[in-house]
Amino acid sequence: MQITITVNGTTHTRDVEPRTLLVDFLRDHLGLTGTNIGCDTSQCGACTIHMDSQSVKSCTVLAVQADGADLTTIEGLANGSLHPMQQAFWDNHGLQCGYCTPGMIMSATKLVEGNPGISEAEIRHGLEGNICRCTGYQNIVKAVQQAAGEMGGD
Amino acid sequence: MYPPKFDYYRAGSVEEALALRKQHDGKFLAGGHSLIPVMKLRLSDPGVLVDIGRIDGLKGISAANGSAKIGALTTHAMVEAADNLPDILPEAAGWIGDPMVRNRGTVGGNIAHADPASDLPTVFTALQAKIHVAGEGGSRVVEASNFFTGLFETAMSDDEMVTAVEVPSKDNHTGTAYAKLFNPASRYAIVGAGAMLTMQGNQCTAASVSIGGLLPNAIRCPSVEAALFGQTLNEETIAAAAAAVANDIVADDVMGDIHASAEYRQRMAPVFVKRAIAAAAARA
Repeated sequence: MQITITVNGTTHTRDVEPRTLLVDFLRDHLGLTGTNIGCDTSQCGACTIHMDSQSVKSCTVLAVQADGADLTTIEGLANGSLHPMQQAFWDNHGLQCGYCTPGMIMSATKLVEGNPGISEAEIRHGLEGNICRCTGYQNIVKAVQQAAGEMGGD
Repeated sequence: MYPPKFDYYRAGSVEEALALRKQHDGKFLAGGHSLIPVMKLRLSDPGVLVDIGRIDGLKGISAANGSAKIGALTTHAMVEAADNLPDILPEAAGWIGDPMVRNRGTVGGNIAHADPASDLPTVFTALQAKIHVAGEGGSRVVEASNFFTGLFETAMSDDEMVTAVEVPSKDNHTGTAYAKLFNPASRYAIVGAGAMLTMQGNQCTAASVSIGGLLPNAIRCPSVEAALFGQTLNEETIAAAAAAVANDIVADDVMGDIHASAEYRQRMAPVFVKRAIAAAAARA
């Protein structure tokens, strides 16, 4: 089936098998390997991207369901310089092995939208769908709180 | 992990969806957050999917004449954010999965899937919701307490689909609440209890209580409701009513798994029924 999807501002038209998962479309068809596959069972959040301005788990969306959608992946977040969320993860060392980081950052950018003063408890509840198997949550939460303030609700 | 192969059709209307399903003997796909995971695990292999996710008019919440209608394609995130629904709904929806799951998962898909550990079947049973179903022969309305019939089983036939769920609108004298013991990883309910109470002062004048998570499907709790009706509610009477849930649960039906044994779930049932009742009474 032919689908047309805009990813990070570039529109792609491709033929896909209906069972192609969106994460595999991004990684294998478009070569955008920044989005990771972790658990593959909709739990860990490593594959989180933005689809029509909402965070979604791309391992649980079919590429055909995203036909016509506007996507942002971790590759599309920086605009000349690092996005404030990326910079905050750097500043606070919000990672250990780094595998969950793309998904954490994509979730976190949506989480803090409209909520510059987000509390620690809200961050922890809001990141429930992102698992850091190194258990490096302390610095992740710090990073998200820093970025939330800097982003000022954007 | 790929789902098994399937043919894919996209429906533009309810009529087209029903016709496509009949023609190809397919299964309906909404948000896919129940169906895609079970297909990836090869627990389901429908062969044909009819995507209803883009049908206009099935997404959103509308209020009229003392009730609110939740379109089948309304996401859990939309329910969580709604301010015109009984408190139990945003409360329960806000604890389904995680934000990404709530952005894609739909109310209609959730109840059609009828997972015993899911929250909405218990919530809709407490609310005495009316499930609107469309089929080849026309539309019909099924009471929530008759809709969930077993483990992943509903009163719908294969050629029917959920179009909306109708619930009572928010009311000053009626309080609703959901209390759940959840699996810490998945947030699925180990035990979930829902309550809808109408109060005059401290006296309970109507009670609707449900329980799910530990049984193949969510059920009403008539013994608990009878123990609440007409009572002045305080810690003692609420605890006594909650304990009556033992009469509503058929012990042999209680399910256990690696996360929680049947015995443990049975013991937790009155605890969470009590919490739901107390919270609902406080909101009435």
